[in-house]
Parts: sequence; structure tokens; C-alpha cells
Amino acid sequence: MREFDFVREHEVPGAVKAGSRDAAKFIAGGTNLVDLMKCDVEHPAHIVDINALPLATIERVPGGVRVGGLARLSDVAAHPLIMQNFPAISQALLVTASPQIRNMASVGGNLMQRTRCMYFRELTWTPCNKRNPGSGCSAIEGENRLHAVLGTSDACIATHPSDLAVAVAALDGVLTLRGPAGERKVNATDFHLLPGNTPQIEHDLKHGELIESLFLPDAPHAKRSAYLKIRDRAAYEFALASAAVGLDLNGSTIRSARIAFGGVATKPWRAKFAEAALVGQAATPEVFRRAAEAEMKSAKSYGQNGFKIELMKRTLVRALTDLANVEPALSRFAPAGEPAPRSGGAA
Amino acid sequence: MTLPPCYEADDEPDDPSRRKFMIGSAAATAGLFVAPLFGEAARQNAAATLQSDPNAIPVSLDVNGKVHALKLDPRTTLLDALREHLDITGPKKGCDQGACGACTVLVDGRRINSCLTLAAMNSGKKIITIEGLAGEGRLQAIQAAFIRNDGFQCGYCTPGQICSATALVREGHTGSDAEIREWMSGNVCRCGCYMGIVEAVKEASRA
Repeated sequence: MREFDFVREHEVPGAVKAGSRDAAKFIAGGTNLVDLMKCDVEHPAHIVDINALPLATIERVPGGVRVGGLARLSDVAAHPLIMQNFPAISQALLVTASPQIRNMASVGGNLMQRTRCMYFRELTWTPCNKRNPGSGCSAIEGENRLHAVLGTSDACIATHPSDLAVAVAALDGVLTLRGPAGERKVNATDFHLLPGNTPQIEHDLKHGELIESLFLPDAPHAKRSAYLKIRDRAAYEFALASAAVGLDLNGSTIRSARIAFGGVATKPWRAKFAEAALVGQAATPEVFRRAAEAEMKSAKSYGQNGFKIELMKRTLVRALTDLANVEPALSRFAPAGEPAPRSGGAA
Repeated sequence: MTLPPCYEADDEPDDPSRRKFMIGSAAATAGLFVAPLFGEAARQNAAATLQSDPNAIPVSLDVNGKVHALKLDPRTTLLDALREHLDITGPKKGCDQGACGACTVLVDGRRINSCLTLAAMNSGKKIITIEGLAGEGRLQAIQAAFIRNDGFQCGYCTPGQICSATALVREGHTGSDAEIREWMSGNVCRCGCYMGIVEAVKEASRA
């Protein structure tokens, strides 16, 4: 780890000032930054400890719930306001990392966490456009089983690793950022950026800015929401494919839907095509499958990761089916032409 | 507590002399090798290095009820501060990247990976390691349960497992074997003693 100096700030203005210095970085939980500093991927000259800032509250505000940028993942996951009104957020956090890491990691840090692409993390396996812009991408023709099939470019196919960010993107979260130029608000779906030709620029956060809070708006599709994560092992693993889903049902008809994908895309992937394919339709596995097909039409395989395209479709169908509480299609067992048995819609 | 039959009266499981014995015997048998620095010698060596380090910053660590005023390079992780500067070697450096859980300690009552946090970030917080769990020579129920249920083989991951299990029992996610496994998933055991670990957590959660 390279040398840096360390300062702990107690007020937001002081933190912003200290964090605005060249090569300064904020530290909250440290679970990602300390790790990447050990790998020499991150090498800040100044570390600004923001853990003493008063930004960890979770509270009801008009129209929704506000979560402080320093709230810990474990506290957010277990908070009644989150569990009752945004179950997809709580569920996403409970399948994030390990209990130890959830006790450390902050909401702001989790949204900012960097990819797990092994070429990015491993300096000896150059090149990597994210770590060393212009050097090339080792994954496109290399080991890419874990890489993205949506939102990729010729410069980068690394996935965004966060579960929380996927649920936040689905449920229309809004971030409040605070920096030298004051406060501004950014929709979560606009916060993370596609790699394009500049994969080293991952989000819309200016140097010196920090994530002060996350606003989650109340909505019927937020109250009826869920997160399904598919991984290589049952616990403590990043997603191969994940879906944050929210449905507002009128009987068995879908009034509104919210969908985002994780594990398959270069940013938390809001699935607008899938949502559009659901509105006004009956909540059936066939309709869900059509929605999945609509969204994954633009997916691109890079060889080893081609399986993710079908896996993502099935993940979405299962997540929506469980959420709508309709029976799976059972088409393997039903005679052709007969509708699959169903237990009815809005239970 | 009732100890399992393998323990004799003069073989206290929390007797810290085991480490000293192992260091002594290693030094005696190592012969040709340069003996590494341990204990007080390691502390003095680290202190001497840091007195000449212009980047060192004051860090006050409250570990197992005792406050230590240190001067540390800001790069020092909490794990390295405990092991290399305070000779508190219960927390282990397994992967050093938050994947194995061998470094798990309790900070203000919550379990964390001490390898992923800087020591300076933990100034003023109450840190408990495996060394601080047992009081007055008496094991905690979870420690005794690990012994009774064979919750370890080589023991390397055990300090982290037990710190993690201590927090888990308090957190209350012990309703089923599956729940215990999920909530202990941040601690890896290469010996594969997961059956015994689950039994130990179950037993301690009933105590």
C-alpha cells in the first residue's frame, strides 16, 4: 500500500474541503477502498475519514424514506421502514457480502464500489481500460464468464457488483450529493454511467463530492417488491444474474412494474423494455417471459458469459412469478393447449 | 463449565502459555533459521521503526478493556495493529481481503473484518478479540460449545469463527441450521468443521 495521510472530519463542509484536494479519497466502511489500496489499484495521497459525519440516519420524510449515505448495510436491511416499504432493498442487502462486511459497508460506499473484474483487480494482468485508460481490455477475449452482456463497449465489459444499486435503480431512488459547489440531486438511474470509451468514469460524482443521502419514494410497486440473486454458491458471492422487481397489481392485471438487473450489465440495469412489456398485461409467466425477451434482445455474448443471457431471463421470470404469487407455468406437465393452473393474482 | 474429557485440570484451554510454548519449541528446533521477533521484541522493534516515521499518527485503541496509545503509519490496518503492534494474535491474517473471516473482531459490539479497516478509523472504539471474550478464566458459552461440538480441527479460523458466532447469537439469526449457515457465511473453515460449528452455535443460542 502506498503512503497517504489521514484526517478524520466531523462536519460535512470540512469533509468536502478535505476531500477536494488532489488525489484525496473519502473513506467510510473501507471494505472496498482498503482492499483496492492493498492491490495498488487505488492509491490516494489523502484519506478523509467521514465516519463521524452525521449522515447515518434512516427516517421517514414526505413521500418516502431518506437513508443517510453513512447508514450501514446491516442497519438498512433490518430497518422497519425499509422492510415494510421497500422489501427489495432489504432483500438485496441481506444477500450482499457477509454479515461482517454489511456491518462495515455504507450505503454511499456500496453504490460507489468498483468492479470485481479480475483484470481490473490484478495489476500483473494488464491491460485494463478502467485501471489504465487506453491500455485495452483483457476480458473481451479473455476469461469473461463473469462479465457483462448488457451495456458493454469495445473498451470494457466489467459488471457493476452492487446488489443495493440494482434495487435502488428499480425503485426510482434519488441521490443527494454534496460538494464544493453545494448540493444537487441525481436520479440513481443516471448516477452510474455506461463504459463507452471512458470506462474509468463510472458515475456522476465530481471530485470532492460525497453521497449525503438516498431518497426512496413510496409507491405500490415499491411496497410489493423483491430481489432475487443467482450465484455460483448459495452465500457470500457476487451475482451471476439478479433481478430487483416491483409490481402494482389490480387483480391479476399489472398496473405498473419496476425492474432492474444485476450481475449481467456494466451498470445497475434499469429494464425499461421489460417494464413496458408488462404494463396492462396479465401477471402470468408467459407475459413475464416476453418481458425478459424484450429486455435481453440487446444482450451480447462474449463467449464464456453467453449463458447469462438465458439465466437472466429465467431469473426475471422466477422473480416476477414469485412476486405476483402466480403458479409457475408447469408447461412440461400440462397438455398442450391447456392453460397452466394458476392460483390467482393479487394475493 | 464442564470441560470435555480430553482436558486435564492443568491444561486450561484459555491458558496463554501455549503460544509461548510453541514459540520456544520453534526457536529450539529452527536451528539454522533466523528467529523471527515475537512479543515484547516485536513491539520494541515496531516502536523503534515508527519513532523515525514522520508519517506516524497517534491512534488510541481500546482492546479488550485496555486502552493503548500508539503511533502508527496511517496504512496500518486494525488487524496489523492488533497483531504486529499489540501482540494480540488471536485475530488471524488469512486472506487479508475480507473473504475468509479469520480476522473477525467485535467493534462496539458488532462483528467486522479487521483486515479491511484502518486502525486509525477505530480510535476510541471498543474492540474485543477472542482474547477478551473469556473472563476470569471462564469460557463463554459459545467457546465451550465449540470445544464440546468439535467446531474446529486445526483452529486457525476459530478465533474469527467464535467472534462471529458471539455476535450472531446476539443478533438472533439462529432459528434453523440454514439460517446459521447463511449468517456464518463470512467465516471460512478449510478443515470443513461446519457441522460442528452449526451445532456449537445452536447450543450457545439455547444457553
